[in-house]
Amino acid sequence: MAGERLLDVKNLEVSFYTYAGKVHAVRGVSFHVNRGETLAIVGESGCGKTVSVQSTIKLIPMPPGKIEGGTVLFDGKDLTAMSDRDLQSVRGAEIGVIFQDPMTSLNPTMTVGRQITEGLIKHQRLSAQEAKRRAIEMLSLVEIPNPKERFRQYPHQFSGGMRQRVMIAIALSCNPKLLIADEPTTGLDVTIQAQILDLMKSLQTKLDTSIILITHDLGVVSKLADRIVVMYAGKVAEAGTSEDIFYNALHPYTQALLKSVPRLHEETKRELLAIPGTPPDLFVPPKGCAFAPRCSYAMRVCLDHQPGDFAAGGSHTVACWLMDPRAAHVRERHAGRAEDAGARGGAS
Amino acid sequence: MLAALWVIVTATFFLMHAIPGDPFLGEKVTEAIRQNMLRKYGLDKPLWEQYVIYLGNLLRGDFGTSLKMLHRSVNDMIRDGFPVSALLGLEALAYAVTLGLLLGTVAGFRHNTWLDYLAMFVALIGISVPGFIMGGLMQYVIGLKLRWLPIARWEGFRYTIMPAAALGLGTLAVMARMMRTSVLEVTSQDYIKTAKAKGLSQREIVFRHVLRNAILPIVTILGPLTAGIVTGSFVIELIFGIPGLGKYYVQSIFNRDYTLILGTTIFYAVLLVFLNFLVDVAYGIIDPRIRLMRGRE
Repeated sequence: MAGERLLDVKNLEVSFYTYAGKVHAVRGVSFHVNRGETLAIVGESGCGKTVSVQSTIKLIPMPPGKIEGGTVLFDGKDLTAMSDRDLQSVRGAEIGVIFQDPMTSLNPTMTVGRQITEGLIKHQRLSAQEAKRRAIEMLSLVEIPNPKERFRQYPHQFSGGMRQRVMIAIALSCNPKLLIADEPTTGLDVTIQAQILDLMKSLQTKLDTSIILITHDLGVVSKLADRIVVMYAGKVAEAGTSEDIFYNALHPYTQALLKSVPRLHEETKRELLAIPGTPPDLFVPPKGCAFAPRCSYAMRVCLDHQPGDFAAGGSHTVACWLMDPRAAHVRERHAGRAEDAGARGGAS
Repeated sequence: MLAALWVIVTATFFLMHAIPGDPFLGEKVTEAIRQNMLRKYGLDKPLWEQYVIYLGNLLRGDFGTSLKMLHRSVNDMIRDGFPVSALLGLEALAYAVTLGLLLGTVAGFRHNTWLDYLAMFVALIGISVPGFIMGGLMQYVIGLKLRWLPIARWEGFRYTIMPAAALGLGTLAVMARMMRTSVLEVTSQDYIKTAKAKGLSQREIVFRHVLRNAILPIVTILGPLTAGIVTGSFVIELIFGIPGLGKYYVQSIFNRDYTLILGTTIFYAVLLVFLNFLVDVAYGIIDPRIRLMRGRE
């Protein structure tokens, strides 16, 4: 089991200390990534998905950020206990990162080539010549035409999609075991998004890396992910395989999230439903379930007590009181109502 | 560029003549002698004729002779005085750039620590206290009381330290403040996070990724700042008794030494235009985006 899990994060707690007070951004998050698989972390803006993942290799600004608890096991090593120096040999070498905005993620005053070779020279101790050869190889691997020419150019001579390819080349240059893709397609045109996703998919099979995909775009998730973690207000709401989440979502938040996405191939017309209300302010974390104020199934217990993770078969877990055996009758009543609603929607 | 210079020459010429008085007024000479002097230097001719003659001489590279210092041509005076002023200016600039960038960088990286506060306190003093007051103060404390450095004159490196420091202080302060802001801005950029994610050490990130980008906005203001140092040197040279061009410049205005005023003004104008050009070139070297735009044009 230990060999299968590449990254194992347990009870991660991260806070930001700002002038206005402490923001408890990540409140006991656990997830893991198996070797060779793609894990998607989904949630709306500010739910702590980026912070959770970037905290694993201490990429969040510290201060104001602070990791206040939890363990991060990567390939058998505890990253939280590592010195800065040791962590540097993990970053870039064993874990590569792609960021959201390719327009600002590359140094504007350095050639693209140098930005790729930098990591190679540092981690793999290649000579400048070898590193250059390898960098050009990487550029053609991410399907950038004329890699030799491009090697000498600066980021402003690349389009957004091309820059994201460069970012991927940088992230994968040292053959990392894990690639963290933090909203890799958010800043790109839809057509380019598809290309980048296809590229990531094909590179994953070629290089056999695991991927953590952070996104709020469920379309992207369905294309790439083996397993999905849904986060809400700094906590994991639901986790499971792609099938679990897309076809058997049990958490009301996940269900609402799925209903808010348009689908092209549906036969019956369906209303797109927005989730009413806003996520809680994590300056003052809620006592009970963070989603309760927006949840149409909320019970009294939801407001006062945080739900634990309930197992729902296989690796599927749901943090919702509805899963408690004592709430079975509530579940059934709602199930009936949902079918009614579905029937009405179909008839209209 | 030539058009700019022509405007400067013309404006200076007519403004200068608009100041009441002439070079020989107030000297202990009779009216007859004064008239003779004016005739000798052609100052009795109509203004436009003087202007045409001056432009003609200027095109041949002749600034004329000084009206007050007999038998000295303005060309000679520039040749003698400028190296001294240039040395003073360069030394001041060197202090300002090295210490200013250092202070600003330290303040930026040690943001909100006592080091930051100390550096910004120094910068605040540098900005608020003019060079000539600082110069006088330094002469008193360092020269007179502590006797560490000579008070005035220009006879070796030891003599240059105080005036250059006084001259460079304001620029140093501006540099330090700008560099601090710039460092803070660059360190919060996404590409610095990329560099960190690559596994680079803090030192590699600072030297390879932060400093070069942080220095860009500073290079842009280097032109105007150099102008500040050049013009500041007029007063500093006077205070420290330095035989530079600036001293002549200030004196020439008091004396209505028309040819010297014009000569030095034009010389400084050319110098500043040239320095700004150098800055543009330097900017292109540091920032590849600018380089490309030039190539396309």
